[in-house]
Amino acid sequence: NMNECMAELFGKTTGCSKGKGGSMHFFAPDKNFWGGHGIVAGQTPLGLGLGYGLKYNGQKGSALCFMGDGAVNQGAFHESLNIAGLFNIPVVYIIENNGYSMGTSQKRSSAYKDCLAQRADGYDIDWDLVNGEDFYELRAKVNIAMERAHEQSRPTVLEIQTYRYYGHSVADANHKKYRSPEEIEDYKKNHDPINLWKQRLISEGILTEESAKEIDRSAKQETDAAVVFADESPAPTIEDVTDDVYWESDNNTEASKIGRHFFND
Amino acid sequence: MREIEYRDALNEAFDEELARDENVVIMGEEVAQYNGAYKVTKGLWEKWGDKRVVDTPISEAGFIGMGIGASMLGIRPVMELMFWSFHSVAFDQLVNNAACVRYMSGGLINVPIVMRGPANGGTNVGATHCHTPEGLFAAFPGLKVCSPATPSDAKGLMKAAIRDNDPVYVMENTLLYGNKGHVPDPSEGDHVVPLGKADIKREGSDISLIAHGRSVLHCLEAAETLQSEHGINAEVLDLRSIRPLDQDAIIESVKKTNRAVLVDESKPFCGVSAQITTLIQEHAFDYLDAPIKRVCTIDAPAIYSKHIEDEQLPNARRIIEKVLTIA
Repeated sequence: NMNECMAELFGKTTGCSKGKGGSMHFFAPDKNFWGGHGIVAGQTPLGLGLGYGLKYNGQKGSALCFMGDGAVNQGAFHESLNIAGLFNIPVVYIIENNGYSMGTSQKRSSAYKDCLAQRADGYDIDWDLVNGEDFYELRAKVNIAMERAHEQSRPTVLEIQTYRYYGHSVADANHKKYRSPEEIEDYKKNHDPINLWKQRLISEGILTEESAKEIDRSAKQETDAAVVFADESPAPTIEDVTDDVYWESDNNTEASKIGRHFFND
Repeated sequence: MREIEYRDALNEAFDEELARDENVVIMGEEVAQYNGAYKVTKGLWEKWGDKRVVDTPISEAGFIGMGIGASMLGIRPVMELMFWSFHSVAFDQLVNNAACVRYMSGGLINVPIVMRGPANGGTNVGATHCHTPEGLFAAFPGLKVCSPATPSDAKGLMKAAIRDNDPVYVMENTLLYGNKGHVPDPSEGDHVVPLGKADIKREGSDISLIAHGRSVLHCLEAAETLQSEHGINAEVLDLRSIRPLDQDAIIESVKKTNRAVLVDESKPFCGVSAQITTLIQEHAFDYLDAPIKRVCTIDAPAIYSKHIEDEQLPNARRIIEKVLTIA
């Protein structure tokens, strides 16, 4: 829920990672969410491994491994694609392409022919380009990829064309300098998937302007409540620093009692 | 007394653990159909098949990361690096993912994986293939590191590493693979050597030689000469495990002998011996009758030339010379 996410951002013990992960490292394995990994493309071999594990255990499933357009030039991603194709791993790599890897546009960072996902051709992996403005297209194409993983144990690369209104991070204060205000406004006005979906649902009579506003309002209320929850939650103590390093130590096993594990003095 | 080679002792450990736990998978370059670059995994693919013994492409970042991801789901991969020297191309996976996922998930996920392979110099292959990164990886909390010197310890530590629920990096040695030694017969029971327990390989009273891996054998050779030619009775303490570390055994030995020479194939700067030095000065300062001395690999990238290679590494002669400066 939002509380454990907000508390994690605040660095509180009630956070999903007890305040030990931070914004880049959310985890919730009970919800099949396996992280939250801060190194660009460093997660792509892990996604491969989750797919490998599912297959090893004989489970029908797939790993959905997300990355930005800035990740496609990392070696780890290409190694993952090669192994995914070679070993028939049920993994779906999803490139959320917002056009910028921090302050560098796609054209200035990647060599490509028609699109980034097309690189999957080199590894004999199916791929598709998805219009991120359209929820229904996105859902349908992700479904095709997951079916491919489930039924044929084959990987897929999907590239979703999307956008971001703000900087890459708090360190990216220049985000209005490497692109024009008109570009940002144009996306908001004409391409924003939430607005477009809202308009569609209203035109189909499923939503009204008023009920859409209500959804918005209740989300903001939930956020405000999460901020209060996070703010009032306790911070980790100095004793917490050395918990969650070793499984054996946390579980006070026989192995954890042999030899010294920490070296503070 | 049954004597088998170090490589066969490891092979026996894999075979027994493959039989004990269906989640154990052997994985790496040439480990299956080729029987292992150093024949450590010989016969395992034939016996256990494609699912349990898996050849990977030359793609360390990819397959090491894949093993870590699979271990998050409870698979227990035993990953071979053909040389530990190749750690550098998979470094992000080895130190960010293997070491930190448990911590960053607030303990929700663990990584029960073993990374293994040879880490040693002395084989005339030049600097890129001679790295000894046990101190490097022991510097990352979340990882465990061990370095067996004998066939018996190789088997026992490997079995402990596979059963451990944290990532354990086992540093073997190509120059030890062919060494024979006593390893208890499987019929005598489960042979497991716990991580974090050092072993006195030779009892002595005059000086402590503290080492791990192949350096232990150099210490034993030096100790014999020190006894016969100089009347110095050296104790040889084999650390076996770097992290967790048997600090008690180190301090106890130094308190008994009052002198220590640390022998370490890693480089002197922030190597394993540097950490041991600070522990001794902090916990046994008043027992020391002489400065702590070290014999490490001479501080340069590994030289190729066979003519001089063994002199760059710790050896019995260098150990004896160092001991004679303080004993």
